[in-house]
Amino acid sequence: MSLFDKKMTELHQLLHKREVSVTDLVEESFKRIAEVDGKVQAFLTLNEEEARETARTLEVKLGSDESKGLLFGMPIGLKDNIVTKGLRTTSGSKILENFDPIYNATVVDRLTTAETITIGKLNMDEFAMGSSTENSGFQKTRNPWNLETVPGGSSGGSAAAVAAGEVLFSLGSDTGGSVRQPAAYCGVVGMKPTYGRISRFGLIAFASSLDQIGPITRSVEDNAYLLEAIAGVDPMDSTSAYVEVPSFIQSLTGDIKGLKIGVPKEYLGEGVQEEVKQSVLDALKKLESLGAVWEEVSLPHSKYALATYYLLSSSEASANLSRFDGVRYGYRTPNAQNLIDLYKKTRAEGFGDEVKRRIMLGTFALSSGYYDAYYKKAQKVRTLIKKDFEDVFENYDVIVGPTAPTPAFKIGEKTSDPLTMYANDILTIPVNLAGVPALSVPCGFSNGLPLGLQIVGKHFDENTIYRVAHAFEQNTDYHKQKPAL
Amino acid sequence: MSRISKDQVKHVAHLARLAITEEEAEIFTQQLDSIITFAEQLNELDTEGVEPTSHVLNIKNVLREDKATAGHPREEVLKNAPDHQDGQFKVPSILE
Repeated sequence: MSLFDKKMTELHQLLHKREVSVTDLVEESFKRIAEVDGKVQAFLTLNEEEARETARTLEVKLGSDESKGLLFGMPIGLKDNIVTKGLRTTSGSKILENFDPIYNATVVDRLTTAETITIGKLNMDEFAMGSSTENSGFQKTRNPWNLETVPGGSSGGSAAAVAAGEVLFSLGSDTGGSVRQPAAYCGVVGMKPTYGRISRFGLIAFASSLDQIGPITRSVEDNAYLLEAIAGVDPMDSTSAYVEVPSFIQSLTGDIKGLKIGVPKEYLGEGVQEEVKQSVLDALKKLESLGAVWEEVSLPHSKYALATYYLLSSSEASANLSRFDGVRYGYRTPNAQNLIDLYKKTRAEGFGDEVKRRIMLGTFALSSGYYDAYYKKAQKVRTLIKKDFEDVFENYDVIVGPTAPTPAFKIGEKTSDPLTMYANDILTIPVNLAGVPALSVPCGFSNGLPLGLQIVGKHFDENTIYRVAHAFEQNTDYHKQKPAL
Repeated sequence: MSRISKDQVKHVAHLARLAITEEEAEIFTQQLDSIITFAEQLNELDTEGVEPTSHVLNIKNVLREDKATAGHPREEVLKNAPDHQDGQFKVPSILE
């Protein structure tokens, strides 16, 4: 039994009773990483020296009367697009292979305040562009449940590390499903909060109007605690919202009597595997038995979300990634004749294929003569997609469906055709376009691979999502199962 | 009908400051063509009179007090630069 099979509250008690030391927690991480990460390949960089030193400092504090929060001493892994001062941050890209950030992301500062211990940085699709972590510039992370399959993406390292018991929890980022889909594939809990709930300062930008950091945990309860610690307005991010952060944990009452669930018919239609549908219907039955009611609803513009997303996210990415030019940081080509040549060769040599493809698509969609036809058109369709959600939320508390249309697929299976890979995100993308929060919680297995139930809420109503997810989790045992690594 | 030509792809690559080989231009032409063709399904929708959404939250013009604060120390900022000299970022010559 691993210490990380326990909930954070239990570990907190053990620390206080001095039955477990902070060093024990940190060593549990490094021991497990030594055992399994050769197979899983979730970590890009380990923070061993500093983590052990922090553990020693916290150990002293543990013996004092100073107050210690719940996250005190807990080992965490961070997706490698979250900048960490003095700890290499690559965003999964060769162009940032040796990048040593000079400041911390706001979430990292908040975790430092909460006194968690950063174990290391986790693999991801390059600049978060992908659904399988196969687009990493460095290594292919494996799904702990089946090493032949992908962990999902782009936060594949973050989900795999938690599933494999290498850390208690982690942070990922979600632009079109990149926290929820890997959480579903790896059988863990992943939350994409409302856009604006968490500061994006220090999150290496992919698509600024869609990106959001999110916690990945083994339990819903830990997820709620972790979100509470990192949420809230930040003067360094003008898109972080001036909205009060409630106590998410207080919403975990187990009571969902009278809750109204909308189930979009588009989310159980074509392309969604039979076993996935069945697991969602079973989950709905379970929620019904707990007093909720559900009805079929429609999000009529769902089928346009994928195209809208790729136009908008690639357009934003093409602008955001213009900063990687070989001048201020990152890789620089040794073969440049002049400045333009330096830009072009640096970027050609530093970026991987998927990143180049999206920069090209975005540049095209924003270019003179095409802007109205592609970019602006997609922005208008985004309005319609957002309105779909608003309409349903007039009459329902949450929207429920699968997180992904299938369980984890085989490594290499979808890399040849970009559109096939993109289709994998069809159920998560609309949520980012609308900016609403959504969570994936384990809801079954198909051929030994985990499945995820997606629960979508109203803007800034993560509370109701947590309440539903927690009630479901407490009445099922999918989350208790562990991969045999 | 193809949505994007190889010459257009080369032009876009230039705008994006990406050096591409002839072979890559070929591949990108095919791939971008199929992605753009796929994206044209949006034309099925009548969006006459629909306002574009660039941002989901109802916040705009977030201002802070106009007060100077300390930036990062110069040596820190230059730490990650591939080349620098006299406290400045250094690049190859711009003029021939």
